[in-house]
Amino acid sequence: MNPIFKSHEKDFMRIEADQVCVDYNGTVALYDASLNLKAGSICGLVGMNGAGKSTFFKALMGFIRPSRGKIRINGFKVNEAQKEQSVAYVPQNEGIDYSFPVSVWDVVMMGRYGSMNIFRIPRESDRRAVVHALERVDLYDLRQRPVGSLSGGQRKRVFLARAIAQRASVLLLDEPFSGVDVPTEKLMAELFLQFRQEGHTILISTHDLNHVRDFCDFVVLINKTVLAYGETSEVFTTENLNKTFGGMPPNPLSGPQSSKDFVNE
Amino acid sequence: MSELLISITPINWLLDPLTHEFMRRALMVSALVGSVCGLLSCYMTLKGWALMGDAVSHAVMPGVVVAYALGLPFSLGAFVFGVGSVALIGFVKQKSRIKEDTVIGLVFTGFFALGIVLVSKIKSNIDLMQILFGSPLGISRSDVNQTLIISFIVIFILLIFRKDLMLYCFDAKHARSIGINTGILHYLLLTLLSLSAVVGLQTVGIILVVAMLITPGATAYLLTDRFDRMTILAVISSSFSSILGVYISYWSDIETGGSIVLVQTLIFLIAFLFAPRYGIFKNQSLINND
Repeated sequence: MNPIFKSHEKDFMRIEADQVCVDYNGTVALYDASLNLKAGSICGLVGMNGAGKSTFFKALMGFIRPSRGKIRINGFKVNEAQKEQSVAYVPQNEGIDYSFPVSVWDVVMMGRYGSMNIFRIPRESDRRAVVHALERVDLYDLRQRPVGSLSGGQRKRVFLARAIAQRASVLLLDEPFSGVDVPTEKLMAELFLQFRQEGHTILISTHDLNHVRDFCDFVVLINKTVLAYGETSEVFTTENLNKTFGGMPPNPLSGPQSSKDFVNE
Repeated sequence: MSELLISITPINWLLDPLTHEFMRRALMVSALVGSVCGLLSCYMTLKGWALMGDAVSHAVMPGVVVAYALGLPFSLGAFVFGVGSVALIGFVKQKSRIKEDTVIGLVFTGFFALGIVLVSKIKSNIDLMQILFGSPLGISRSDVNQTLIISFIVIFILLIFRKDLMLYCFDAKHARSIGINTGILHYLLLTLLSLSAVVGLQTVGIILVVAMLITPGATAYLLTDRFDRMTILAVISSSFSSILGVYISYWSDIETGGSIVLVQTLIFLIAFLFAPRYGIFKNQSLINND
């Protein structure tokens, strides 16, 4: 196993964000956002559109530089962590051009580019990593297919396989549950548990509260800043969700946890 | 006259032009320019940079005029203005509220107008028609050398960075997240675009060079789902159109640039109608088997 995983160290911090502020041309998108995520955790990032979810993501990936505050991935600065192939990004299906002429195999191989030399010529170890990743998401038989011919769930699995092939210890997933079929959802649930076992840290950006409850150990509620952060069962209160969504949660809360919350109120 | 026509067999049709030095040169240059532009056209069509290609190719005009007037290599002037126009487009877009396609249109027409004014004002032996419409049949030896050098630079860079550029076109966010500098790739691609526009205007001229930079890529895109095959198909269709265009131009005495681009467009049309998977009259059995 890659030494950077340090899966034996239970308290090793994968993601540390300390009072991160981001502004676009004077408009504050995010202020004082702090977050610490240990190795082997699955965390949901929940907020409305425009609440700063994607800004926070972009800051964690180094796409935008915070105007204040500090971000560390595995203890490294973000650009150093990228060079170490520590961060994998799984995009929204909507953000990808699926008419692009690439096969499933080609896309998963892109996860290896950062570990190759300048010519990006795959070695045997790269091919093995791709085969292994494709087998884990159950797409090996479709490896020669163009990505455009796949279903929504299969497309999502291709990009999960790319992140697996990259062997990143931190996975950032953008709306992973949208447009996904039931088999893919089950496969993702299993994969996430395996990732956690292996010491990966997964951060899931979503507005789908039911999935957060099913998948995530921790949750971060965000509205221009981190409103609440902690174990999902403790943070998912009506009061917190009201704060996050301005009194209008997107889904009526269902399930035993939420009804208890209503009773408490 | 009719005797002459009768005596043209397909073999003669192909071989007779080769007896002229100027035709050998024209065919060689056209095939090379076709390959370079064909290769780059894959990235232009996939990245959605057709308008950018149009802009850069028009914006090089004043550079060509100034370079001729000063006795410098025309490619140098064209390159400076090509890259300059791109930088200016980026600057105006960033500093104003105007949308990008408007900015592109603004900048390239401004540069183009400047070029036309310069041609009419600067006393020299510049032939406006030659710049606007190209003239591979009358290409000079020094222009051939410049074209050779630039073409090999572009092909060399594209071969080294083809996978990074492909990844940049497909998923720039992933490229960044694995530590690839996408800013450099962006400007590298724009630089290659400027260089290709410079060689392209040799054969088809400034006005039609955008066709060289998008049509082969669009044709190939209709024929395959694999990037590597797309680049090969684009290069083949592009250099084939260039060579056939020059032959037709020679035998029918028509403008060479127009002839080349028209052949390219016809090949696109055939792909548009009959491409096995993506044509209008596609092969249904192929799709059902998938």
